[in-house]
Formats: sequence, structure tokens, C-alpha cells
Amino acid sequence: MSEEIWNKRAGREVRKIDHELFERTVLPYINSAHNLARWLTRNEHDAEDMVQEAFLRALRSFDTFTAGRDARAWFLTIVRNSCRTWHRQYRSHETSMEWDMDAQPAVTAWSDPEAVLIKNANSQLIRRAMEQLPFEYREILILRELEELSYKEIAQIVEVPLGTVMSRLSRARKELYIRLGQPTGEMGV
Amino acid sequence: MSCQEVCEFLDAYVDKELDVFTSSQFDRHLTECAACRAKYDQYQQMHDSVRVHMEYFPASEEFVQKLRAQLHQSGRRPAENIRRSWFPQWRVWAMAASVVAVLLLTAVLLRMVRRPSSSDVLAEEVVSSHIRSLLANHLSDVVSSDQHTVKPWFSGKLDFAPLVKDLSSKGFPLAGGRLDYLDDRPVAALVYKRRQHTINLFLWPSSASNSRPRTLTIRGYNVVHWTHSHMAYWAVSDVNAGDLGEFAHDLED
Repeated sequence: MSEEIWNKRAGREVRKIDHELFERTVLPYINSAHNLARWLTRNEHDAEDMVQEAFLRALRSFDTFTAGRDARAWFLTIVRNSCRTWHRQYRSHETSMEWDMDAQPAVTAWSDPEAVLIKNANSQLIRRAMEQLPFEYREILILRELEELSYKEIAQIVEVPLGTVMSRLSRARKELYIRLGQPTGEMGV
Repeated sequence: MSCQEVCEFLDAYVDKELDVFTSSQFDRHLTECAACRAKYDQYQQMHDSVRVHMEYFPASEEFVQKLRAQLHQSGRRPAENIRRSWFPQWRVWAMAASVVAVLLLTAVLLRMVRRPSSSDVLAEEVVSSHIRSLLANHLSDVVSSDQHTVKPWFSGKLDFAPLVKDLSSKGFPLAGGRLDYLDDRPVAALVYKRRQHTINLFLWPSSASNSRPRTLTIRGYNVVHWTHSHMAYWAVSDVNAGDLGEFAHDLED
């Protein structure tokens, strides 16, 4: 985003906001935000754009943020929504969960533990497998495995009921593990 | 609990999101059913492996600086314009200087008044807080023996990230955490157990330099205080002084 646009959009409206307080509230979570955006957009350039956009949005709605609330969840919700809008705009052709994977029972995919024999997953394999997963699976996996958020916090950020978090996470993991279990050459879906 | 239910609850169990009752039923099923036990072991192993190897992408230093610069720019400009139009610059400085002087004077006076026994007063406060937590049956806001559950619970509630250590291998299992208020500020209170005894560990940022653990006894309770890496630690419990000293030592390691 260019500086002029930034100033034009932010400059007038943020006069009354305590910038230092905003900085202290949001900056501690900038790495979490970047990490989430990086996994959701799958490239550095777009990730930084998303974080910057979320940062600006957060600044503009900072007066609605009440002290004492969970700042990380609040900021990550904004980041996640920015990424989701971006994804809908530019990546809508990709696999999506709109047809409701959540409705399927999560149990079936894990009926046979032998299906996944891989024990030493490496980071490159994980990245490749993750990149094939739908947006909804990636976000829930990052929020849980890397940000270590509770189901309740995830439910708040992703805006789904607690039960859906549980079943979606379960399915997402199984999809990931199954992909990791396949020989490198046949990773296609 | 049936094998089918074990499958359903597997993720929640791995994530320690099950309630105590269901979790204990799950435990029992695992000890009785070898097939589920094997399934669980493999799932847990896979889960750990993925978590360890999944990359984390922190924001680059340049990017953070850029955000910071934009933030300051967007905030300062309009404010300066307004100020100049109705208030001469020198008066602003004069006012700022007098405010700073008054604040400094107040700070010095407060320090002088408080100095005689601020540490003893604080120790009293810590013990009272410990007793209150036991009396009111308000030991934990987050009940968990998992440091990865307890630590994130504090984020957003405090302006610092408390170090949460799992000391169960040393005989001090973590039982939970809560917010407390000491020394005129919100602090983290971590709850550990030693056999039937409860240990409250209070911690908050401090400007004091590192100090070795110092033990005192107040109203029959043992208290250990030390400072490490700009954090003040106060451990208080009815366990004997030796055990509490050991606890402080294990934490410092």
C-alpha cells in the first residue's frame, strides 16, 4: 500500500486514538499475525500486504476495542478476515469448503492408523501438504498448532461454533496426515 | 467409553480440551484397550512431529519498522497542525516541563514515604493474597497442568508474558493460573502443587536487578522472593522452607 493512500485513509480518522496504546496493544502480536497471513496467502508479499491492511483496520476500529479484552484474538480476527477477503477475490477457483466438509463425520478418515506411517515429517513436506489444504483447514491448523489457541479462542476468530472447531480441526489434521503419509511423488489430491 | 467415542474425542484429548470427567474415562479406556492405545500413540506422535516441524514465519524487522513509522506519521501530522494554530510552541514546552517537574517531585516523595518497609509490606500482601485464594476457593481461572494452556491464557490479560514452567518431574505439578493484584498492578499467579499443599507463585515485571532467593516466614507461611531477568518472583506456601527453596531453585534453572 502506498504511503499516500495510508495517510489519506488513516490520517484524518485516527486523530483521537492513543497511538502508543495501540502500538503496545497490537505490536506484540505482529509475529502471530504475520505467521497466520503467511500460511493463508502462501507468499511473503501478500502476507505483508494483509498484515498491513489489518494493522490499518485495527487502528481505525481501535476505539471499539475495550481494554482487558484478548488483544491477540481481536487482532488475529481482523487479519484472518482480510486474508479471507483476499482469498475469495483472487483464489476463489481453489478447493473451498463451501460444500460443507464439516457435515461429514470426522472419524472415518482415521479408521486405519496404518494409513499414515510417516513418523519424521519434515518442514518442507509439511509446507507442501499444507498448501494443498483448503483455506479453512489451514487457518484452523495454524491457530491451534502454532499459535496454541484454545478451541474457544479459535471459535471466536473463525466465527464458528465450538463443536465445528472440534470436528473441523479433526478433519484438517487427518487430511494433513494422510497427505504426509503419501510418497512425495503422488501428493496430488 | 467405547472405541467409537475414543475416535471422536481423540483430538480434544490430544489438545487437552476435554473436561476432567471425560478425560479420565478416556484414560481408563486407553489402559484397557490395546488397539485404541496404539492408535492414540501413533496419533500423538504424528501430532507432535508436525507441531515441531511446522515452520513459523515471524514478521521481518524491516516490516515492523515500516508499520511503526507509518503509524507515527499518521498520528502526528494532524495533531501538530491543530496545536500550532492556537497555542504558541514555547508554552507547550513550558507546560510539559512543569508537568515533568511535578511528576518527578511526586515520584521522589512517594519513594521516600514508601521506602522504610515496602518489601515487608509487599511480603504481607503476598501472604494475604495466598490465603485469600485458598479461602475464597478461587485458586485458578485457568485449570490445567499444561504450560501451553496456562501461558496463552494470560496473553491479552497482562502487559507481560509470564514464564510458565512445568515442574511435574521435580514433584511440583502445575495446577493452573489466575490473575491477581499486587504491588499496585495486575500480576500473574501460577498455582503449583506439592503433595496436598498449594504453592502460589506470583510474578510481575520489576526494574530491580537480579537477586538470589530469600526466605522469610510470615504468619506461619513460608515465602521465597527473588528477582530474575527483570521479573519479581514471590512463592508462598505452607510447605516447609526446604521444599519451597527447592521449588525456587528448580524454577530458576
